[in-house]
Formats: sequence, structure tokens, C-alpha cells
Amino acid sequence: MKPSRFDSTVLTLCFAFLYIPIIILIVYSFNASKLVTVWGGFSLEWYKVIWSNQGLMDAAWVTARVGMLSATLGTILGTLAALTLVRFPRFPGRVPFTGMIYAPLVMPEVITGLSMLLLFVAMNIDRGFWTVTIAHTTFTMCYVAIIVQSRLLTFDRSLEEAAMDLGCPPVKTFFRITLPLIAPAIISGWMLAFTLSLDDLVIASFTTGPGATTLPIKIYSQVRLGVTPEINAICTILIGFVTIGVICASISSKRTELRRIRDEHDAIRAAT
Amino acid sequence: MAEISAPTHRSPARWLVVAIPYIWLVLFFAAPFFIILKISLSDTAIAMPPYTPVFQGFGDIGSFFGGLDLDNYSFLAEDPLYLDAYLSSLRIAFISTLLLLLIGYPMALAMARAPSTIRPTLMMLVILPFWTSFLIRVYAWIGILKPEGLLTLLLQTLHILGPDDQVQIYRTDWAVFIGIVYSYLPFMVLPLYAALEKMDGTLLEAASDLGCPPWKAFWRITFPLSLPGVIAGSMICFIPITGEFVIPDLLGGASTLMIGKTLWTEFFGNRDWPLASAVAVLLLLALVVPIVIFQNQQRKVT
Repeated sequence: MKPSRFDSTVLTLCFAFLYIPIIILIVYSFNASKLVTVWGGFSLEWYKVIWSNQGLMDAAWVTARVGMLSATLGTILGTLAALTLVRFPRFPGRVPFTGMIYAPLVMPEVITGLSMLLLFVAMNIDRGFWTVTIAHTTFTMCYVAIIVQSRLLTFDRSLEEAAMDLGCPPVKTFFRITLPLIAPAIISGWMLAFTLSLDDLVIASFTTGPGATTLPIKIYSQVRLGVTPEINAICTILIGFVTIGVICASISSKRTELRRIRDEHDAIRAAT
Repeated sequence: MAEISAPTHRSPARWLVVAIPYIWLVLFFAAPFFIILKISLSDTAIAMPPYTPVFQGFGDIGSFFGGLDLDNYSFLAEDPLYLDAYLSSLRIAFISTLLLLLIGYPMALAMARAPSTIRPTLMMLVILPFWTSFLIRVYAWIGILKPEGLLTLLLQTLHILGPDDQVQIYRTDWAVFIGIVYSYLPFMVLPLYAALEKMDGTLLEAASDLGCPPWKAFWRITFPLSLPGVIAGSMICFIPITGEFVIPDLLGGASTLMIGKTLWTEFFGNRDWPLASAVAVLLLLALVVPIVIFQNQQRKVT
């Protein structure tokens, strides 16, 4: 069906609304003028300025470490949670479990952040790198669980059954059959978890401690003082980083998808 | 629900799959809510942590219950500032959700009606801004909306505004609405699109064959069938918007009262942890109904 004029207009306007502010931000990060509304020519000066800002670099390093670690832990826990949701249809306490998976997705961050902090204080844990990591793991695992769950729901169980009929033990079946097949979902889950952690200001502000200032906390404290080209430059680097990651992931997932379809065809042809 | 095959191998390893995420969530997601509830019932103390201990072993259960009181809650009830902040949060969340529906619905519909070859690209374009930082996207609007910002510049160049006039949007509720709609649009569009995309096109053809005008067919067929998407999208947006902090803080003015901002100020500004906890408990209570609707909706999907 050819898109109507109404549809094309709607799509153009909405995408313009979504993208123009980001494009403006990127363009003005290359502005030579210190004033945000005056174009003073192309310059990479602000990138040099942030490169030599030690505090900012430290924050970026903390954020990267928290992101990697919490995304990895969150992916492991989230995958287990997804398996629980799909493969264990009945067990005592299933309803509260599904509740605990879905609630963090919509829970206002101020509540999650405050409650986490109070838990750490009650447990007498020093706040810092590890508390932020635990907090991020907890909310990212739920996103991973949803992504992996949707893949498991369309999963062809006969492949697993075939392996087990041939005498493969369940744990081995999981690692040799199930895991490779759901790997694309797990990878995109990890990436989402990593970006969510990279992005988070509110929960990190509550659960952080001395020496564990993350990049969003740093950016936020500067944003409050006003718009500056340095922040535009940091934001551009972050946007570039994430965009490249997302594009690579979507290309690789398309490739594995194509390969999977081809393999299935080959298998069917070989079988008949 | 996937088909249920009887578990043939009952190894303890199977139960670890359930137990590990379960224990993690109970410890780090459910337990903190009980702590928040307890601390909201304790007294402020100038110390670190800044509240009187609520629970010290099982030895003195009596004094434990004796120490709990509703002082923080009665304080919240007496000060009209907090009630105003609640009502204002709910109002802003409600209006924003309506605006999101008004913009997101036509967008999702246009996407669902687009040729199937370009649909994945459109999906990608909706999701991509969601991957870039929330904070950055809100920040981008400050440069546009502030009085000496780019919008003023654009309107002055187009001679819509006089050279001395400035756009007065930044630090008002309008800026908050723009920021919210901008940040939450993908969350609204995706569930709507999912509902609209799997709709059976032959239903609309049948309606038009029987002489039903397109607008009527939309109201009688398309819209009712997309209701699950409308509910899911509205809940996904309404619940977090009610507790939103970053957007009202960066774009809103002094008169923009939102409960997330109040909680943040009580906690970081006034260091009143028990009061902040009481605010959180009440916010959570206000959101119980939408959260339950959301979860039932999700459970039906899976």
C-alpha cells in the first residue's frame, strides 16, 4: 500500500521533532564560539578541552566500569529470570516474581534510588562503586529478562528435545543448543543494559559515594550551570558511541538471523 | 504462553535457575520497600544516617513499635505544598500522556500503514533516540527554548517575533510538557505500533465494501482493536512521568511542582530522609492502581 499524504506528513514531522534537537546539539559542539547561539566557525577546541579535564575522564572511566560490570551481571540474572518466566509456568511465588520483573520497568527512578540507598545504609555497606553497580544490575536485569523472554517464546523446543532424545544431558543441551540460539537476544539485552547504566542519573545519584562520580552526575552538575560547548562535545561523543554500537549490533543480529534461516533450510533439506 | 512439557529431568540445577534471580530481586528490589516504609515512620536525627534507628535486634520489639509514629505523614498532610505537588504531578502526567497519545497514535498508525519494506527502518528510527541519554535529550532542549536560545533566533529571523521579543517557554510548564513528550514518545509509539501492526487489514476492506466511511471504520474497528496498545503505552508513560525528576528540574520553573523534585529536595537539600521516605511511600500508593493495570496487561501479552 502506498503511504497517503497524511501519513508521510505525520512521519516527517514526528521524526523531525525527534531528531532536530539532537542534530543541533551535535552541530554546536563543533562551534568555535563560546556563545551557544552564535556560529563562530568550525572548531575541535571543546573536544581538546574535555580531553584535558581530568575529573571528567575519571568519571567516564567509572561509568564505563559500572556499565560493563552491571550489564554483564544484569544479563546473566535477566537470562535466568527469562528462563524462569518461560520454562517454569507453575511454581510457588510465580505471581510476585513476574511482578518484580515488570515493576522496575515503570517504577519512578526516585523511588528505586531512595529505597536502594536505604537498603545499603541499613546493611551498613559503604556507598561507592559497588553499590551503584548492584543498583544498576537490579534494574537492568528486568529489561534483559523481557528481551530474552520474547525470544524464548518463539523458540522451537523440538531442537532441545531432539538433543535430549539423543542422550544429551540437560545442562549440556542448554549450553550447546539453547544458548547459541538465543544469543542475539542476550547480546541486545546486554547492550540495552549497558546503555541504561551509562544513561542513569537518578539512581546513581542516590546510591553513589565518594570517589564514584559517574558521567551523568558530572554532566548534570554542569548542566545546572547552563549550556556550554564542552557539554555539547561530551554529549556528542556519547551519542556517537551509542549510535555506532546500535548500528553494529543490528547489522550483526541481521547476519546471524540470515545464517540461522539458511542453516534451518539446509537442515530440512538434509533431512528429507 | 509456550507449550508446557513435563519436566523430565528434575535436577537441583533447574531450581537454581529460579532461585538466583528470585533471591536477587527479593533482596534488592522488594526488601528496600519495607525499609523505606519503616524509615518513613521514624524520626529525623542529625547524624549519619540521619534518622533514628528503627530496628535494633529482636530484643526490644516493644520499644520498636513504640518508636514508630505517623509524624512525617501528618506533617505531609498539614503542609499544602506536598498535596499541591502530588496533584500537580498527577495533572502533568495526565496531560502529558494525552499529548503523547495525540502525537504518538497518528505516528504509530502511519508506521503500521507504511510499506512493509521500510517498516524496520522506521522502527529503528523510533528506537534510536531512546538509546541516547535521557539527560542529553533534555539538555538539548534548554539551548533551544531559553529566551536567548535558538527558537527565539529562528522566529526573529523569520520576522515572526520582533528583534526585542523573546520566546518565554523555558522554565514554564510548557517546557516541561515539551521535554516529557520528546523523551517519552518512543515508549508510547512502540506499544501502539505493535498493536496496530498485527491488525487484520481485511476488516477495514470489508467495512469499506459495506459502505462504511473511513473515519467511521477507524472509530468502530481500528481504535477498539488497538486499545491494548493504548492502555500499555499510557501506563508505560504515565507511571514514570508522575515521579519524573530530571525534566521538571532542568526545564521547569519555580512554580512547576512535581513530587519527584520534592522528594529529591527533601533528600539531597534538606537531608530529611524520613520525610523523603514518606513522600516515596505516598507516591507509590498513588501509582498502585496504574501499576496493577500495567502488569495485568503485560501478563496477558506473554
